[in-house]
Amino acid sequence: MSIIFDHVAFKYNPGTTYENTALDDINLKIDDGEFIGIIGHTGSGKSTLIQHMNGLEKATSGTIYYNGQDIYDSDFDMASLRTEVGMVFQYPENQLFGTTVYEDVCFGPKNQGLDGKEISLRAFEALRAVHLPEELCDVSPFELSGGQKRKAAIAGVIAMKPSVLILDEPTAGLDPAGRDEILNLIKELHEKNGVTIILVSHSMEDVANYVDRIVCIDKGHIKYDGTPREVFKNYKELEEIGLSAPQVTYLMHDLKRAGFHVDTDCITIEEARNEILRCFGI
Amino acid sequence: MTLGQYYPADSVLHRLDPRVKLLATLLYIIGIFCIDSPIGVVFVTVCLASLIFLSKVPFSFMVRGLKGIMVLLIIAAFFNLLMTPGVPIVSFWIFKLTWEGIKNAALMTIRMVYLIMGTSLLTLTTTPNALTDGLEKGLSFMNFFKVPVSEIAMMMSIALRFIPILIEETDKIMKAQMARGASFDKGNLIQKAKSMVPLLVPLFVSAFRRAYELANAMEARCYNGGEGRTKMKPLRYKRNDYISYGVAGSFFLICIVLGIMF
Repeated sequence: MSIIFDHVAFKYNPGTTYENTALDDINLKIDDGEFIGIIGHTGSGKSTLIQHMNGLEKATSGTIYYNGQDIYDSDFDMASLRTEVGMVFQYPENQLFGTTVYEDVCFGPKNQGLDGKEISLRAFEALRAVHLPEELCDVSPFELSGGQKRKAAIAGVIAMKPSVLILDEPTAGLDPAGRDEILNLIKELHEKNGVTIILVSHSMEDVANYVDRIVCIDKGHIKYDGTPREVFKNYKELEEIGLSAPQVTYLMHDLKRAGFHVDTDCITIEEARNEILRCFGI
Repeated sequence: MTLGQYYPADSVLHRLDPRVKLLATLLYIIGIFCIDSPIGVVFVTVCLASLIFLSKVPFSFMVRGLKGIMVLLIIAAFFNLLMTPGVPIVSFWIFKLTWEGIKNAALMTIRMVYLIMGTSLLTLTTTPNALTDGLEKGLSFMNFFKVPVSEIAMMMSIALRFIPILIEETDKIMKAQMARGASFDKGNLIQKAKSMVPLLVPLFVSAFRRAYELANAMEARCYNGGEGRTKMKPLRYKRNDYISYGVAGSFFLICIVLGIMF
């Protein structure tokens, strides 16, 4: 079970005056059960990349394999790919349309052609998974608060029981509490249900805290692909492409420069704390 | 007419004042309906061809606008061809083919094609914003009749500005619903209409939200109607604009003269 990108390239408006290369020679293998963070500057091609994973965009050249099958084959079932690979877009609350939260969450399972019982079962399961209070199920989604709306929208995708879940900046515009809630919920899905998670994020702290592997995109190319520790070692290069390392990494570098013998590889507060305590012999 | 299909290029036509282009287009439309002789057609063809050459817009863009009216053109030509009274060449049932019919059909087709190409030339060389600016300035005399010209122009430019934004939004919502297994082209008419609900509801919600935000932003910048507002780039006539008025005027006169003489 994997998603493989083989020399994938994508151009917007090919053959016109507005031609624009968004992806160029992407090679990537995503295995089952991974927790991947995708980072990149605005306009680097992150969103275009993830939209290839469930066939919403069609590569101009190259091949994409899902579980060994070429997704551009004429006999490939695109509908089943979209239920296998769930996608939560940026600001997903803008796509709510149901008269009640419950009805909106049912939309995905209904499209999968499940029977009524299974649909409502999955809807309630999904609503519980995102920790949305049950009394909100029969409320219009437009009456919810921003954070609740987002949870409802994420529930709408989870209800389809995807084995891969892609989230495009799921915490954008949320307050710190809402952000932690959403991220913990994603972590729970990954650990409890074994869902493969692909998280697009602008927050280096979030990426450092949650993911096991980082794919860094710059101008349509994969610049780095490795563990957070490996990728954030290149913090100077990351700055050149409009990114950075987590703030604690900078702190550790400053401490080292000031003459303390600390390990500069720390990327989370927890690691940094332990390292500093160790250095002071406490 | 390929409305809003601005083709970015740097040509004499692109640089002209929108007011000149609007008036010239108006004169051109009246002009092509004045001529009804082969000489007239040749004259208009030469003028249109040189304008297209000057505009630096590829010819294929002009023809693109014709696709939409192809059916209309064929039907109109067909009836002109067979229903015009005159000296018959061939006749069957209620139809008869006449010389007058052939002439009428040919002339009408040429007029329609030239009409579309001429007006496309206007929208291809002028940005929608420049067009509304031109309309606002050009129609400012209507203020005299208590017509709120600048308000209408503001509404038009906001509407035009929001077309690409709403298209982008539609695309985004469509993809999001497709990711949840929606399909927009399956089933019969009723099913298709039903499948539009998950697209239209969020689209309307976001359109209203944007309108509300824009209204607030305009109010925060003290917008209170069109009167006395100044422009960042006020329209000013240059030498080329006066020359173009002359050219457009003479084109119009020649068309009338050709229409009367032949």
